Amino acid sequence: MSFPILSVMLAIPALAAIGCLFLSPSGARWLALVATLADFVLGVALWASFDIGGPQWQFVENAGSIGVFSWKLGIDGFALMLIMLSVFLMPICIGASWVAIEKRVQEYMAAFLVTEVLMIGTFAAQDLLLFYIFFEAGLIPMYLIIGIWGGANRIYASYKFFLYTLLGSLLMLVAMLWMIQYAGTTDIPTLLQTDFPVHAQTWLWLAFFASFAVKMPMWPVHTWLPDAHVQAPTAGSVILAGVLLKLGGYGFLRFLVPMFPEASAQFTWLILGLSAVAVIYASLVALVQSDMKKLIAYSSVAHMAIVTIGLFAFNRLGIEGAMIVMLSHGLVSGALFLCVGVIYDRLHTREIDRYGGLAINMPRYALLFLFFTMASIGLPGTSGFVGEFLSLGGTYQVSTTITLLCTTGIILGAAYMLYLYRRVVFGDLTKDDVRAMPDLSLREIALLAPIAAVVLWMGVYPESFLAPMRSDVGTLVARVARAKPAGDSLPKAGTGIVPAAHAEAHK
Amino acid sequence: MHSITFIVFLPLVAAIVAGFSNKSFGAAFPKAVTTGALFLACALSWPVFIHYLSGGDTLPVVTVLKFIQSGTMSVDWALRQDSLTAVMLVVVTSVSALVHLYSWGYMSDDPDQPRFFAYLSLFTFAMLMLVTADNLVQMFFGWEGVGLASYLLIGFWFKKPTANAAAIKAFVVNRVGDLGFMLGIFGTYLVFNTVSIPEILHAAPGMAGSTIGFLGYRFDTMTVLCLLLFVGACGKSAQLGLHTWLPDAMEGPTPVSALIHAATMVTAGVFMVCRLSPMFEASPFALSVVMTVGAATCFFAATCGLVQTDIKRVIAYSTCSQLGYMFFAAGCGAYGAAMFHLFTHAFFKALLFLGAGSVIHAMHHEQDMRYYGGLRKSIPVTFWAMMAGTLAITGVGIPGILGLPQVGFAGFHSKDAIIEVAFASGQTGTWLVGVIVALLTSFYSWRLMFLTFWGRPRWEQSEHIQHAVHDAHGHGDHADDHGHAAHAHDDHAHGHDAHGDGTAGYHPHESPLPILIPLIVLSVGAVFAGWAFHSYFIEPTSGETYWHGAIAFREHLMHAMHEVPVWVKLSASIAMLLGLFSAWYAYIRNPALPAAVAEQFSVIYDFLLHKWYFDELYDKIFVKPAFALGRLFWHRGDEQTIDRFGPNGSAWLVSLGSRAAGKLQTGYLYTYAFVMLIGLTAAMTWAITR
Repeated sequence: MSFPILSVMLAIPALAAIGCLFLSPSGARWLALVATLADFVLGVALWASFDIGGPQWQFVENAGSIGVFSWKLGIDGFALMLIMLSVFLMPICIGASWVAIEKRVQEYMAAFLVTEVLMIGTFAAQDLLLFYIFFEAGLIPMYLIIGIWGGANRIYASYKFFLYTLLGSLLMLVAMLWMIQYAGTTDIPTLLQTDFPVHAQTWLWLAFFASFAVKMPMWPVHTWLPDAHVQAPTAGSVILAGVLLKLGGYGFLRFLVPMFPEASAQFTWLILGLSAVAVIYASLVALVQSDMKKLIAYSSVAHMAIVTIGLFAFNRLGIEGAMIVMLSHGLVSGALFLCVGVIYDRLHTREIDRYGGLAINMPRYALLFLFFTMASIGLPGTSGFVGEFLSLGGTYQVSTTITLLCTTGIILGAAYMLYLYRRVVFGDLTKDDVRAMPDLSLREIALLAPIAAVVLWMGVYPESFLAPMRSDVGTLVARVARAKPAGDSLPKAGTGIVPAAHAEAHK
Repeated sequence: MHSITFIVFLPLVAAIVAGFSNKSFGAAFPKAVTTGALFLACALSWPVFIHYLSGGDTLPVVTVLKFIQSGTMSVDWALRQDSLTAVMLVVVTSVSALVHLYSWGYMSDDPDQPRFFAYLSLFTFAMLMLVTADNLVQMFFGWEGVGLASYLLIGFWFKKPTANAAAIKAFVVNRVGDLGFMLGIFGTYLVFNTVSIPEILHAAPGMAGSTIGFLGYRFDTMTVLCLLLFVGACGKSAQLGLHTWLPDAMEGPTPVSALIHAATMVTAGVFMVCRLSPMFEASPFALSVVMTVGAATCFFAATCGLVQTDIKRVIAYSTCSQLGYMFFAAGCGAYGAAMFHLFTHAFFKALLFLGAGSVIHAMHHEQDMRYYGGLRKSIPVTFWAMMAGTLAITGVGIPGILGLPQVGFAGFHSKDAIIEVAFASGQTGTWLVGVIVALLTSFYSWRLMFLTFWGRPRWEQSEHIQHAVHDAHGHGDHADDHGHAAHAHDDHAHGHDAHGDGTAGYHPHESPLPILIPLIVLSVGAVFAGWAFHSYFIEPTSGETYWHGAIAFREHLMHAMHEVPVWVKLSASIAMLLGLFSAWYAYIRNPALPAAVAEQFSVIYDFLLHKWYFDELYDKIFVKPAFALGRLFWHRGDEQTIDRFGPNGSAWLVSLGSRAAGKLQTGYLYTYAFVMLIGLTAAMTWAITR
């Protein structure tokens, strides 16, 4: 067996988390930063040595099993990209908490490091129960981060977060146990090949859906997200939007669609319908928010709906688009939460109306915030466009109506983001405390600039990100091909004869 | 390296350098870099155009980088340089270079010049990416890129609430069009399995007569695709229904209006229809929609232009109206004529805007024509430049009858061709609209000239001028001779002028050279561009040679255009003369007439003044309901339904045991975490011991 890089990536933050508890606050900060950077470097090595077009599962490690449970890790292209997202955002989160967190710093850093372990573990697990443990345990540190280091109403927010996720988790556990009974294995690659009976798929699908839809979050089980974001500290929001929300999408991609293709096809319209509602509903709600974090939280709901429609288009365009939306949203909304954090640290309010005219005294901030605003709107040249475009393009082949409804998101998205930007950054500088706010510090630039660079890279040359996933998308598309519904827009062959002038279109 | 690579990427590099240049360098460095880059790009563009004028072969497509690869969706960053692109290259780089130069003078007092020049160059880059696109996705990139630059430049003076509102409006309304464009790309990809423009155009005729599903119904394939794409064109080119952003966009600095909202960006829709003309050729229904929308816009905008008092808004509506002309030419199948008008219009409309900017500069930021008058002598260069622009837009020239050579100003060649082609293609109604609008065009254009340059000065009523006079006095330059007069004026009631000549003691000055040079160069274009280039764009044989398959060129239609009856050829010129005469009568001969007419027909006047009430209507049916629905969903949906029966309901159930919900204290936090852990432990135990 070669170098167990995945286990090492799990071990480093795990050990650092224990170490943090025994250090001084500043020692804990530095240890956390070094550990997360080390994981990032390993992540880059992982990506560099990933064999594109090679076997589906790479870097496989199997440390043997106890009972039905086994420590088995391994990644495919989807997991690789999401692990990259996690290890990229983690050092940024530590940096964002550098001065903003003052109480119980050691435990805070430990909580973040544990989150990192669990996120990487979730994406790398090849054993169903191992996955479940990472997946569910991942919520505990997040839950504590909101509950301990959060805002004034943090208890309600963490409580809501807990309640929402609990029910889904229990249902999913039961479904998993049934699957293990039926298939006689917990090995995920084997389960991916297993054809579950169609009638059972429906129930299994619904149980998994209950869990993943909440994480996503899909309308109408999204209301925990705005509260959680509003109450979470800045870095908590970044990791929540950047990585935790991707657990839902990953769950759809890894389990729901390939394991239950018939049920997925059967529920396609449920997903497409809920997503279309989510885009319009969440965008309109975002339009009327007066709290910056809530606005971005609702925009997340709208963006994640673009992920679900892409996935349930069951074609290459849609699935690749969905993955790019996930990666892009992780970066862009993470960066937007950082942007909010920057001014929150200075004025200690998230009220949009308290700001205005920041372009005058914070020009660097205005530029970066504008860039991420445009990326969120999906301007071509940024990552947001590539994802949205592919995802909606894939959906068009299934349903033009759903595509039309979801594409209104590009209008509404522009409206709420530009309205936000205008109120915060444009206008005249009339308030003295706002005027006194200094521009970005070097630390803040060091947090935002790398994200901007990656967003631009993904927007101009997405091939780097699409290539590792290409063969996995092919596998997934082939898996669901037998069940996927026909599109409503398929063209019929033409006659090649231009109809007479002013012919009726309705024929 | 091909020259096209430099043409496109020089402005981008310049924008980046200027945008990130250190403030301590001062403004001269970023200004010099961007302007220099643009003149260089312009110098490289003309040879490409000349290459095609002299009958050269189509130049190769330069591939820069892979963009998106997803299954059969294969997109490259690539630069196409056919004869259609060549027209746009010279238009974009020439006007942009001149506008950069102009801005040295116009923006010289602005503290944010590096940002302004960086935006201008960024815009130029995006526009060049649009016109060189070899696939629909890159075209969309440029499309959105110019939208971004337009947003930033309209809102350039971001302290002004009106400028911010206009910027957002421009972006959001354009996004409505973009929705159509995006769906059009999706549909095109679905049908042709490619987004490469040459491949689509090659396959388009074969799809005629096929059907496609859309929104649950089945329609003619090419009609659906063309109309979806045309919605995008309507947004960018401000056609009726999606035009509301263009007049508001005048909040931006005047050089921006000239470059973006007259010469280049707003013509992107026309360019798109021409670029995809073989697709439109496959759907006569879509073409007739293009023609109808174009004609309607043409008429609508011209009527609004009749009553506006802001000099820039008159020109904005004029632009909107001229874009309508281009669309109805395209709708008639005369894509060459549409591109020809786009070409000449770029010169004379940029000239009119920059001229207006020079007037505004001379009149100390006053934009209301009611407070102009008699400026002919004070700013003669600007006057003659504006005159050239007006002669061009109204289409002054000698019709080619009675054996006379057909010679005239730029608009004469292009606009008259459109009107004639409408007749030649059998669209008599559209032809009539074209003639009526020619009359209206002539009227509002001459009205602008007469109000601004003729008559007695009416400057003393302008607050801007009053400020200027006071400031001058305050600085003590002519404190003794004019200061007293100004005070006297201030102490008395308004409308009385101490000088008795309506000038309030103000002396307008001709603009500096950086402003005048672009005016002179563009004047040359406005005078000669039509005469010099008409054969390449619209003559049957030489046109065919020039276009070389870059657009669908209906040779027989061009023949027919030249063979319309004499009275048709004269119609546009007669309309122009009628417009000139009525403007002269109403604003020179009998200046009391307009007010009397406005009062007599106050309903019509208000209707036109409020721009057919589009803004009010949209506010009522789109903007207000969107906010109301947002609030409804938020409070009634999320808070009072989902939360109430979801988490809060279960919280209430849970708290029944502990009797009070208020007891949800910090201690509980650990309890919940503990519960989660127990669940996990139980699951693990089960797994391990089995």
